[in-house]
Amino acid sequence: MRFLYPIAIVLVIISAFADRKKTQQSLKLAWKKFFSILPGFLTMISLLAVITLIFPLEKTGELLTAHANWLGLLIALSIGSAIFVPGFIAYPLSAVLLENGVPYYIIAGFTTSLMLVGFASLPIEIAYFGKKTAIIRNVCGFFLSLLISIVIGFLYGEF
Amino acid sequence: MKKFKNTLSWLIPAMVIGFATGARFSGFTPGAELFNNLWQYLKTLLLLLPPVFIIIGLFEVWIPRKYIEKHFGESHGISAWIWLMLLASTIVGGLYVSLPLAYSLYQKGIRLRLVYGFLGFSTICRIPMTFFEASFLGLKFTIIRYIVAIPLIILSSMLIENINRN
Repeated sequence: MRFLYPIAIVLVIISAFADRKKTQQSLKLAWKKFFSILPGFLTMISLLAVITLIFPLEKTGELLTAHANWLGLLIALSIGSAIFVPGFIAYPLSAVLLENGVPYYIIAGFTTSLMLVGFASLPIEIAYFGKKTAIIRNVCGFFLSLLISIVIGFLYGEF
Repeated sequence: MKKFKNTLSWLIPAMVIGFATGARFSGFTPGAELFNNLWQYLKTLLLLLPPVFIIIGLFEVWIPRKYIEKHFGESHGISAWIWLMLLASTIVGGLYVSLPLAYSLYQKGIRLRLVYGFLGFSTICRIPMTFFEASFLGLKFTIIRYIVAIPLIILSSMLIENINRN
């Protein structure tokens, strides 16, 4: 994710050459926007820190390995919705779980809800788009993850 | 955007951060772990967010609203979905990065269902994530997920827009 820095710097330089005033204005705006959503970000990391303490990744892996059935899918969807794990950690872990006999449909439910549903980022989403839409979008995301995992289960012949 | 109510919105983070810091230095083990978690997430955020918000600031100042409204407004075409999908595929991090971006797009006059489409695409089409997925879980897995998810994202975005209008 460091590659965003050179992009941002080059864009700022180009912008400064084109129009100094506009560039100043945009940097000020960037700071204002960042600061006004900062409480949301801090709430998010606080929630994530607490959730990660309760559900460490190893424990999630053990839970999913122990319940290779519908209950496991429900657990996968719920924990996936609550925690935040970047892809470069989530996918290697999923590959290990597969080797340990966790079916594809549970992996699909876990990785998809991980990305689509964000319980901890709800404060940010509510601040931007309002409570109703934020909740509806996340509920939609949950069912979408469920559907994807059902299709995966069928196509991998697991049902 | 709804303003955070000043004192209240800082309360949860202040409590957790205060507790974790106190516990960290008094030697209470779960507290130290909490502190460690907090620090990891904070580092990730502070590394990722500055360039994101700088790009958002430039976008808001330089891109004319008229242009956005013309191509992504009420009478957008199918190409609008495709452009947003391409933009979304370059997102790094997760929802916490795509949410501020989506809000800027929304303020520029993008139709609501395209905003939600963008949010959805940013969760399922990210390029780095896709490579990880395909190499660890197999290309078949990734292809099925894309084929199922993309139409559902578009449908649910339309649904959310409709609910919002009533």
